[in-house]
Amino acid sequence: MKNIYEALVEIMGERGVSNRPEEIWFYGRDPGVLPPHPPDYVVAPETTEQVQKVVQLANREKIPVVPMGNGMALTGLVIPLKGGIVMDMKRMNKILEVNEMARYVVVEGGTSQGMLKAHLRDHYPRLRHSLPDAPPTTTIAANVSLHGQGCLTQQYGFNSDMVSGLEVVLPTGELCKIGSPSLGPYWFSKGPSLPDLSGLFLGWLGTTGIFTKVGLKLYPNKKIREMEIFVTDKAELVPEIIYKLTHLEMLEDLIAWFQPKPLMFKDNYHLTIYFTGDSEKEIEFKRTMIWDALQEFIDNKDGGFMNVQAMKPNLMENPQRGIAAFADVPRGGGFEYSGPITLIELYPQFAAKVVELAEKYDVIYSSAARVISGGHSMMFSISFAFNRADPAMMERVKKALDEATEYALKMGGIPWKPNYMEQKMTMDHMDPNTLKLLRMIKKNLDPHGIMNPGNWEPAP
Amino acid sequence: MGSLKFDENVCATCPSADCLIKCQYMDFEEDEAHNEMMKIVKGLDSRVLHDCVTCYACEEYCRRGNHPFYLIGERREEKGIYTASRAITNQWINLTQMQGKPMVGTVKDKALSSCFIPDLGALGSGELFKEVFPAVTFGAEFMCPAVHTHFAKMSVVKERLPKVMENFKKLGVKEVICLHDECYGTYTSIAQAYGMEVPFKPVYYMDFLLTRLKELKDRIIPLNIKAAYQRPCSNRLIPHKHRLVQEIMDYIGVDMPGRKYQGENSLCCAEIIRSVAGYKLADDIQGRNIDDMLEAGAEYCVFNCPACQSSLSEKVSKKGLKPVHIIDLCKMAVGEKGREG
Ligand SMILES: Cc1cc2nc3c(=O)[nH]c(=O)nc-3n(C[C@H](O)[C@H](O)[C@H](O)COP(=O)(O)OP(=O)(O)OC[C@H]3O[C@@H](n4cnc5c(N)ncnc54)[C@H](O)[C@@H]3O)c2cc1C
Ligand code: SF4
Ligand code: SF4
Repeated sequence: MKNIYEALVEIMGERGVSNRPEEIWFYGRDPGVLPPHPPDYVVAPETTEQVQKVVQLANREKIPVVPMGNGMALTGLVIPLKGGIVMDMKRMNKILEVNEMARYVVVEGGTSQGMLKAHLRDHYPRLRHSLPDAPPTTTIAANVSLHGQGCLTQQYGFNSDMVSGLEVVLPTGELCKIGSPSLGPYWFSKGPSLPDLSGLFLGWLGTTGIFTKVGLKLYPNKKIREMEIFVTDKAELVPEIIYKLTHLEMLEDLIAWFQPKPLMFKDNYHLTIYFTGDSEKEIEFKRTMIWDALQEFIDNKDGGFMNVQAMKPNLMENPQRGIAAFADVPRGGGFEYSGPITLIELYPQFAAKVVELAEKYDVIYSSAARVISGGHSMMFSISFAFNRADPAMMERVKKALDEATEYALKMGGIPWKPNYMEQKMTMDHMDPNTLKLLRMIKKNLDPHGIMNPGNWEPAP
Repeated sequence: MGSLKFDENVCATCPSADCLIKCQYMDFEEDEAHNEMMKIVKGLDSRVLHDCVTCYACEEYCRRGNHPFYLIGERREEKGIYTASRAITNQWINLTQMQGKPMVGTVKDKALSSCFIPDLGALGSGELFKEVFPAVTFGAEFMCPAVHTHFAKMSVVKERLPKVMENFKKLGVKEVICLHDECYGTYTSIAQAYGMEVPFKPVYYMDFLLTRLKELKDRIIPLNIKAAYQRPCSNRLIPHKHRLVQEIMDYIGVDMPGRKYQGENSLCCAEIIRSVAGYKLADDIQGRNIDDMLEAGAEYCVFNCPACQSSLSEKVSKKGLKPVHIIDLCKMAVGEKGREG
């Protein structure tokens, strides 16, 4: 395929393309449990035009293209399952516009969460975006392409719900604007009041196009951020506790978590409640409302607020680095999670399943459920840590995660950022007409099946 | 396992029932207080078993050698009455579980106990603790289990205390200098109340401090500041040691203007009360306490217990008081630390 390499060099320049073994090795894997598979080429575009030209070439030559952000989705979504070209988007990292009054930002397709956070902190301190707890080097475009969630998800929904316009390179190479930017200079709506075409791309894991620009809604950045942790020993009370808390319509983020280690967390369920305010008065008012909302559980001795002084510095981090520390519990720094989106009322059943799977496969667990849009659903993470130097342990984790996905589907949940096998399981469970529609859309947008193949793959 | 030594007859003939009369969190007529105490003594239900916020103060109020607070804890546990939620109660039990990870310095015949509180390790250093600093002990293995009395888990206290004392014994120490009031209170009050023999001589850190300050007399520059002292709940177990605060303050030139909430009338930091009785009471106590410090004209809020310090520091700072541990204040006086701590 020497001519392909040369064609890529022509588009990208020498420094923008590689097929050197060390780079192929690196771009063939992610930090999760799926086995690696090498790409044939890696490209790192700097312009939309380069993206278009590479995609046009790939479409013409029927070569796979896998858009990649920081490769931290953990579920093998950027492993080039069928080889081809990995397109590393990180050099397209500009923040193009902030509209302060309309509270939105337009970023390029490889801009990282950390860059946007720093930019807003330095230039627009009254604004913030919904930061996920992923490392700050992960990208905004990738996060919305997998329906990520962040610190404002409890208030405003999935991070992809916060998209306010898209620019997409279609699998055939055309450039397409979605939402208000298709009609004028403003990036305030990804769809309404037009037919919402963003649904053809958001959640598709890079299988229907490559985002070269993303408009993202921004939100007020209050001066003070505070937290409390409510603890109960009864999983069955968690849904009602969440219901009471979300009824307040006052919280920023709300996460229900449990883990057996360190010992102080054993046998309890913890709800980390974040809230914000512009003055001490506002904070204290909210704090008392939160306490009052849960008074009946306190009176019944079913739960109480714990002292958070010692944990506060870690838990107030945004994003929280402590999550990655879990990976090192069994030594060897690996962890992966299945994070089905499901109903909050099913929390007790899901919690029991985590413990059952951990025992069955002899692995270490933790679980954190992030409440989504005021309690309509939650992302229930089932996380297992593993030692990378222990293939048997990795295999057990993989099996436990597969079983977790089976369970989530059985319970009517939706797997989040599913790996290719979980996508297949999901499609097997799907209403046949829905699946037909999905396939039709994919086939029409990507006739040669070049975009991140192996994912959301229509059956032959 | 020891059982509580409590003399019923002493209560039966008690002329005052000061234990409950003086209680700052429940109101009683004189007869009622005595009746309620007798109900508790006899193992009957009493509103005290439901409403006591575990401030420890009745241990000080009873001047007749009984242990009303430990008895309240015993009765609560017998009846399955939780003070805080089960979850918080168990969290404390799990948090303080011995896991074979103690830290022990070069211990000879003396140990410097920083309980299971990291902040104490830093406090018990420098010139003042020069001789004993290398002999530091830290960890659940060396933690006094008194905190579980707040949660009426007297069984945990009785089960763990002998093990803790045994751990010290294995080190072969003759003296344990307790940097945490609760440890000294445990070895001198709880152990005695439960008839447990303490295999070393517990030394109260303020006694140690005073001796050291006297040795370093020439280095002391009077601080000439006004301070309010935050008396911790565990000091109620060792009321005879309370006077040492004044002696130390006098020695280093700190004026402690009179306050409404001082001595027997002190208000606790209220952090455990937050878990036991909710935020309203806790906020009220903290508010009254801090206002009282300000009204007295204090510039500094002086802590004895790191737990009080952690729960009140931010709050006193916001009101313009400087939070400082009494050890740091002494370090300031001998020129080891800057004024702002
Ligand atoms: C410690 C830790 C914590 C995490 N916490 C969170 C969390 O709180 N919330 C959360 O949502 N996630 C979380 N994650 C998961 C993940 O890291 C994030 O979702 C992150 O946003 C992925 O970004 P990335 O750039 O690494 O994506 P990648 O893994 O590079 O890509 C993910 C998907 O996006 C596609 N893609 C990438 N760029 C584009 C583009 N320009 N156009 C179209 N498709 C594209 C890829 O093909 C792939 O399918 C966490 C991960 C870790 C390791
Ligand atoms: S505990 Fe002490 S103060 Fe209370 S009634 Fe008995 S003897 Fe009197
Ligand atoms: S511990 Fe405190 S609240 Fe409880 S009875 Fe004694 S004095 Fe009252």
